[in-house]
Amino acid sequence: MAVTMATISLTVNGRSHALNVDPDTPLLYVLSDDLELRGPKFGCGLGQCGACTVIVRGRAVRSCVTPVGTLNRADITTLEGLGTSERPHPIQQAFIDEQAAQCGFCLSGVILTAKAFLDQNPRATDPQIQQAMSTVLCRCFAHTRMLRAIKRYAQEKA
Amino acid sequence: MRSPEGPVRSETLILRRAQDERRVEGLAPRRRTVTMTPDARAALARAGFSRRDFLKTSGALIVGFSAAGAAQRIGLAQRGGGARGPQVDARQLDSWIAIATDGSVTAYTGKCELGQGISTAQLQLVAEELSVPIARVKLIQCDTSIAPDQGTTSGSQSTPTNFNERNLAQAGATAREALVRLASERLGAPVNQLAAADGVITVKGDASKRVSYGELVGGKKFSIPLSTTAKRKPASEWTVLGKPVGRVDMPAMATGQFEFVHNVRVPGMLHGRVVRPPAVGATLVSVDESSVRGLPGLVKVVVKKNFVGVVAEKPWQAIQAANRLKATWTPGVGLPSHRDFYDYLRKQKPSRDTFVVSSKDVDEKLAQAKEVLKATYLHPYQMHGSIGSSCAVADVQGDKATIWSPTQSAHPTRSGSALLLGLPVENVRVIFTRGSGCYGINGADTVSYDAALLSQAVGKPVRVQLSRRDEMAWENYGVAFVIDQRVGIDANGTIVAWDYEGWSPTLGGRPGYDRPGNVITGQLAGFEPAAFTPRTPAPDPGGAFDNGGNTAPSYVTGCVGGKCGGTGTVRSERVLSHTVKSHFFTGPLRSPSRLQNTFAHECFMDEVASRVKVDPVEYRLRHLSDARLSHVVREAAKAARWEARPSPRPDVRRTGIAGGRGISCVLYEGDNGYAAMVAEVDVDQATGRVRVKRIVVAQDCGPISNPDGMRNQLEGGALQGMSRALGEEVTWDDQKVTSIDWRTYHSLPLGFEVPAVESVLVNRTDVEATGSGETSITIVAAAIGNAIFDATGARIRQVPFTPERVKAALDARIGSSALL
Repeated sequence: MAVTMATISLTVNGRSHALNVDPDTPLLYVLSDDLELRGPKFGCGLGQCGACTVIVRGRAVRSCVTPVGTLNRADITTLEGLGTSERPHPIQQAFIDEQAAQCGFCLSGVILTAKAFLDQNPRATDPQIQQAMSTVLCRCFAHTRMLRAIKRYAQEKA
Repeated sequence: MRSPEGPVRSETLILRRAQDERRVEGLAPRRRTVTMTPDARAALARAGFSRRDFLKTSGALIVGFSAAGAAQRIGLAQRGGGARGPQVDARQLDSWIAIATDGSVTAYTGKCELGQGISTAQLQLVAEELSVPIARVKLIQCDTSIAPDQGTTSGSQSTPTNFNERNLAQAGATAREALVRLASERLGAPVNQLAAADGVITVKGDASKRVSYGELVGGKKFSIPLSTTAKRKPASEWTVLGKPVGRVDMPAMATGQFEFVHNVRVPGMLHGRVVRPPAVGATLVSVDESSVRGLPGLVKVVVKKNFVGVVAEKPWQAIQAANRLKATWTPGVGLPSHRDFYDYLRKQKPSRDTFVVSSKDVDEKLAQAKEVLKATYLHPYQMHGSIGSSCAVADVQGDKATIWSPTQSAHPTRSGSALLLGLPVENVRVIFTRGSGCYGINGADTVSYDAALLSQAVGKPVRVQLSRRDEMAWENYGVAFVIDQRVGIDANGTIVAWDYEGWSPTLGGRPGYDRPGNVITGQLAGFEPAAFTPRTPAPDPGGAFDNGGNTAPSYVTGCVGGKCGGTGTVRSERVLSHTVKSHFFTGPLRSPSRLQNTFAHECFMDEVASRVKVDPVEYRLRHLSDARLSHVVREAAKAARWEARPSPRPDVRRTGIAGGRGISCVLYEGDNGYAAMVAEVDVDQATGRVRVKRIVVAQDCGPISNPDGMRNQLEGGALQGMSRALGEEVTWDDQKVTSIDWRTYHSLPLGFEVPAVESVLVNRTDVEATGSGETSITIVAAAIGNAIFDATGARIRQVPFTPERVKAALDARIGSSALL
């Protein structure tokens, strides 16, 4: 039952890492356990809820079902890679301004999914935004505030 | 990295209203009985504890609290525990408030942040009472070594507990008065000539005469008891409390910097994974450790009775090992057919029967009534379904344990873990660390036990995060209900008698201080769930009317023992509930039982109003006696521009999209928040799909601590309730739960057509504060169900209102007299 380890190079939030890891390991575990990042969360491990979302090459990726071996030399952005409490990214600022969360556990999925979509579709309509968010869950149901924050960011971008 | 160091004060007293206890679990008032299982007794014996010691030090003796009793318990605890730090005595100001030399304030609370915003509101409270900027206040929540024991953060009780004239509010007021007294001595000015602002006390009219809090007490103790006479600041003087202060945790959450329990890392930490049984009731036959031998990173396979888990160096390794581990189990006990479950539930014997109210004339009044209406309402098991599966970190080494836990019940979890681990309770520290939103008892308690057991087995810190399946298949579900309703109406169309009979299943619940078997891990490790005690027939209701479970509708007088505590006018009243055994663990899920009961009450009220052809708002008001409840009904109707007319609407068509509106209301728990809601829906009659377009909710919860926080709760409750009403239902086959992920348990995603949610806040500063976390969710299903009926003439009496179920109800209208 030997596992073949591999050296995987990742750039995460602008920092380069070389990791000796089982390439089948989902990216999420590398980010949250090897690199101790707090942004991406384990929600379901099945790619169904979005809590583990990161941005790779401009697209929202579910890190809980993405083997790290498929991402060698990839450039990855997590929620903490966007901005800080002191200098939040505009979409993070929109969520702060709208007080758009309760427990906050889902925010990685909500914010990064919305950002990746709006960056690629800056003129998206409300139904298109809705469609883009159709596989992201928030169990506190802060939906009204989150959608307001997303639209606020969209308008600021436009 | 975290270490459990820092100030350690152990042994705490319990200072809670006895009433809080009944809030926790749900249905009827429940006296706390402490009966211990043989396992529990054995565990205590191993730890050198008698049952009596355990009860004394674990705080189980909360009934009949007295100062003398408390002192005695402290004495016993000190003798039993050896060398330990000073006590957290909840009667002492220093247990709640500390002021440092720089004037910064630290407040200690036993009510913790679960995502509901209570930490920000508590900071506002302390900042207000002490006249310091909120940024200068720090809050320590639910760390059993340094925070007072306030039981469980649940039941919408944090605001009533800490914002009225008790506990944290009382501590704030006591501290302010003490500071002013000290300043009076220091400055040589009478108390009434002093003013406090920004952490500084000055003599009015002479700003040069001033002294800061830091100068007065900085770094020293107050060493005074909580005053029983200290006056709260009147709401008219509030500058921080009552304002829409932003959540202090929001920036860290939005930028991924916030530390959840999932992010806790301690030196040398390993990762655990549990292996749950394949079927409900299956027990372990054997574990083949050779099936995982040699797997990279594997540290240990752990078996304790039916509890099985693995520990590995990395989480992915633990998952691989758990998946490969060959364990042999007996078949499960077999489950009743999901399809026929409600019939099964109604027929279950034995049952525990309770009258909430019984005027003993209901049969007679129904016989005399002009007409008797009846209907049966059905509600499924639903789950908390936290977005993040539950996680905890435990470090059990030798006879000491530290557990970082997202539990709502830090002190009870400490006691339960001590039992589970066979350690003296004072050797266990639970440090509350935020988890994913829980909405009641999700997997937080059970995963804390998982981590504790695995850590004890390897003698190193272990982190456990449950799989999605383990979270969903084994959590303590919100209970299913079958509810029969009957009313009699007189010649004027007025209700003259109301008869409720309900059935709901129970197993386990919150573990409390001494029942680790109330959740799956404890049971697997050999502890029994709380015993089910049948009782038939139900005794006459005693004491005062208690509608804590909202088992009685809002429209009855609630007369017990000659006193009437209800909010309505119907004098002939009977409310009988039957609790039966559940195959699945059950426990409080946001608005436990209240939601299910209120769905039945408020839909049935609508059916009666329709039958007598009276506008549903007017008909409700006609049967309400409570001015505050009536007021929120009117406020919701006004804000929604309610069109007064009977339901269904006069122009109902059988095809196409049909629009309608519905109303519902509740006095949550009979005394904990007034709310009313109007929902507007469109029903696609070809598919049965319901689209909720607008929700208006009006709420009166007394003085509002934070209006934006309250709106956030009302909005979230409304939409979570909508998700529960439209799609959520736990399913199972003949052996096991089949709702194990987000494809098999249906939560509305962020991308659904989210209705506009409008909140009307009724702020009353002349009454006591009540909760607002569970009000709006309680009345959503009824408001939507009533709106569907208004739109289509079809009555849906079963949650969830899936398109198939709605379509079936629409099809059943053919020839129905309900359709005009």
